[in-house]
Amino acid sequence: MNVGIRRVGIAVVVLMMLLVGQLTYLQVVDAKQLSRDPRNHRDTLKDLRAPRGTIISEDDQILAVSKPSHDEYALQREYPRGALTSQIVGYQSLVVGTTGLERTYNDVLTGRSRSKLGLRDVVDLLRGTNRVGNLRTSLRVNVQLKAKEALAEQRGSVVVLEPSTGRIVAMYSNPTFDPQPLTGHAANPVQQYFNLLNKADGNPALPRAYREIYPPGSTFKVVTSTAAIDAQLVPADRRFPTNKSLPIPQAPNNPINNFGGSSCGGDFLTVFTTSCNTAFAQLGLDLGNQFAPAMQKFGLYQLPPLDIAPGAVASTGPAFGSFDQNKPRFALAGIGQGDVFTTPLQMALVASAIANKGVIMKPHVGVAVTDDQGKLSAPIKDQVWRRATSEATAAAVRDLMINVVTSGTGTAAQLPGITVAGKTGTAQTTPDKNPHAWFIAFAPAEAPRYAIAVIVENGGSQGGDATGGHLAAPIAKKILEYLLVPGTAP
Amino acid sequence: MSGTPSALARFRRTRELSLGVLALLITAGGYVLLALSKAPALPAHVWGFLGAIVGLFACAHIAVRRLAPRADATLLPIAALLLGIGFITISRLDLNAKKLDPAVGPAQAVWIAVGIGTFVLTLAFVRHARSLAHYRYTFLLLGVAALLVPLVPGLGAQINGARLWIRIGGLTFQPGELAKVVLVIFFAAYLVEKRELLSSGSRRLGRLYLPDPKHLGPLLVPWGVAILIMVQQKDLGSSLLFFAVFVAMLYIATLRSAYLLAGATLFAGAVTIAYQAFSHVQERVSVWINPWRDAQGQGYQLTQSLFAFGSGGFAGRGIGLGTPNIIPVNRSDFIFAAIGEELGLIGTVAVIGAFLLLVGSAFRIALQSERPFSQLFAAGLGTILGVQSFVIIGGVTRVIPLTGVTLPFVSYGGSSLIANFVILALLMRISDESAADAEAKAAGAARLLAIESTHA
Repeated sequence: MNVGIRRVGIAVVVLMMLLVGQLTYLQVVDAKQLSRDPRNHRDTLKDLRAPRGTIISEDDQILAVSKPSHDEYALQREYPRGALTSQIVGYQSLVVGTTGLERTYNDVLTGRSRSKLGLRDVVDLLRGTNRVGNLRTSLRVNVQLKAKEALAEQRGSVVVLEPSTGRIVAMYSNPTFDPQPLTGHAANPVQQYFNLLNKADGNPALPRAYREIYPPGSTFKVVTSTAAIDAQLVPADRRFPTNKSLPIPQAPNNPINNFGGSSCGGDFLTVFTTSCNTAFAQLGLDLGNQFAPAMQKFGLYQLPPLDIAPGAVASTGPAFGSFDQNKPRFALAGIGQGDVFTTPLQMALVASAIANKGVIMKPHVGVAVTDDQGKLSAPIKDQVWRRATSEATAAAVRDLMINVVTSGTGTAAQLPGITVAGKTGTAQTTPDKNPHAWFIAFAPAEAPRYAIAVIVENGGSQGGDATGGHLAAPIAKKILEYLLVPGTAP
Repeated sequence: MSGTPSALARFRRTRELSLGVLALLITAGGYVLLALSKAPALPAHVWGFLGAIVGLFACAHIAVRRLAPRADATLLPIAALLLGIGFITISRLDLNAKKLDPAVGPAQAVWIAVGIGTFVLTLAFVRHARSLAHYRYTFLLLGVAALLVPLVPGLGAQINGARLWIRIGGLTFQPGELAKVVLVIFFAAYLVEKRELLSSGSRRLGRLYLPDPKHLGPLLVPWGVAILIMVQQKDLGSSLLFFAVFVAMLYIATLRSAYLLAGATLFAGAVTIAYQAFSHVQERVSVWINPWRDAQGQGYQLTQSLFAFGSGGFAGRGIGLGTPNIIPVNRSDFIFAAIGEELGLIGTVAVIGAFLLLVGSAFRIALQSERPFSQLFAAGLGTILGVQSFVIIGGVTRVIPLTGVTLPFVSYGGSSLIANFVILALLMRISDESAADAEAKAAGAARLLAIESTHA
């Protein structure tokens, strides 16, 4: 009998060890993932009760701050700039979760990023010093307001960033939403508001600047040109035939036409300046399977490393290596149509690549963490994301873009005494809808400080007559003027 | 019992007392920490609490000194530790009690007192473990009756989808908890009587020798009981527990692995049929396979439990500093998840360690006994404690599909506490008896101490 007792005893020990193994997995190996799961409210509950740092704009405006709430949670978040910055700052909600900078920088704001226990922390504890961190951002409320004013209730987005650092100066989309009702602690009204928000016309909860993709139209010719120059497809003596339309292999009934049925052609500078579709469709075909990798160098097909949770969506292009099966798609890609869909943020990054000698910096809003006395405790570094092209090619494309503003389709963006480099786009959507008006630019062209992308959806206030040059370029001009021309105070 | 206690008895009781003081210190420490997590002051009733736990432990300890002085020294302190951890966790959950999640701490305190009373009474009435074997068929009837009582209309009550309760006045009681103890008595006695017949086959089937079918008959009783519980009371956990314990005892008695195989096959068959016949069984299994698919619906309980363990991490959130009230059924079935959240891996492994020591003591008592019935009985009781804690901890950590049984001594629940105290008392009775047997045989205190040092 003793043998049996020992064996059953061993079996029980084995079963218990199985439990210890599983617990080790749950509480050590998988612990981080489980505690971060959005369906696990523990961190949110803990954070809601804990002191939380302030989020501050570059022009010293408070974007998010905790105020006493007189209920069991003690604190409630306040967003003084409301809808103006909600798609960047995000919100901290007990009921529907936390997004935006509030989520990305949660550990900084709660002080958890400093939780490695050091001597200084013990001193802090004894002194009762607050361990929370404040987040300083590159966002400028005044520029954000200017972008809102320039969009003038039209649906669309404006993205302004610094090409040399990747810092986002303004990123505004219309429509947007008031985040304040989401911070309530009573589940029902918050959930109702949230449901209404998600059903509302125009989807205001969607930060379309970085989470919606559109056909970029002719603004994409900046990418096509870069790829063509890098592939040595446009030697100085190349002339594009003057045509009204370009027949496309594999699609005899769908030739590509020039804008407004006009004829165009000539040298590379001319076809870029006049935004000649037949020439760029031809370049799309010439590039063939080299095209998609060139787009990838600009960051298409990738998730841009934006520091705003839940992050930017990827922009898309034609499938790699699919040229032989699908030539018309590559011709359309040459003019930013077909399979090419980009976020406004991605197009601002395209402009910034040309402005920054071919290098794209990681787009970000957070720039530094300060302690409760406002002293800098941790800078957030500017980092390179990727190289889109060589410095020489970037310079060549820059010159093309300067010409667009001085004498091409983008003259509406001219600024007194400052050289602007830009590219217009008028992107076809579905036949029953008006085109999107686009403009991307950077300035001053010689030593770029700002890159910008503007989109007005479906013709905005100009309807079917809208073009990038007439509708989007003036918006970019207003913002660049405000940023660069002294004495243009609001 | 009478006269001056032997050296072994004095040694064991001193050890029990010192280990018990340690368990009480841990419990009191937890209670103070819990209060400190809410306000920076000692709780007003800390001395009352301390007095109560010291008093309760003293009652049990003194009863053992009087009634079973040579009994094993570790059982009572480990039970005290588990009770303490459980009570602290329940009190902690009570801090955030709501209407739908009411406080049960005071009730649990009463049940602990009643449990200790039962412990003392069991020690007082059961003076010889072997005497239990005489009433084996009475116990069989009693056990089966206890299992059937909840099905009587008007008396039975359904709680959380399982019909295993009886309601008398305002009190509910789960007779199945006691049924498992009395059925183990029956089974140990029956197996000891028939083990020769059962382990040496008299009939040939191919290369296998099988025992005479008439001896196998009563062995189908536990199988029938397990099926009954599963079908009628929708209680998978108890069903699994019964069956595992009986198969383990059968194996210990006969050492024939064919019984393990047969038992596993029978149970697998029953589970397969249950799986096909009952939607709640299918639900449990599909939640076990993938709790995340319907994390807000069917998988809610389990995913919340897993979140609690994950958020607890290695060191835990600290007593009173987590949010274990999110976990459903947090005072009974899922109490281990609440422990995991606030005490972390350190706490959960400590609790499992305590169960290992408890079960290990039971098996040691089984090995130390020289009476076959006591051996098998002690091993059966140890298996109950081991398998029951595995079934519920495994359920809430997703090692096996979740089935609702209580975590012995830790979970809230009167019937469970009383049954576990009876188990504790019976184990101590067997242990005391073995030591008395040994004392009777041996001569001289020096030799006794030598035995103690090799077995301790």
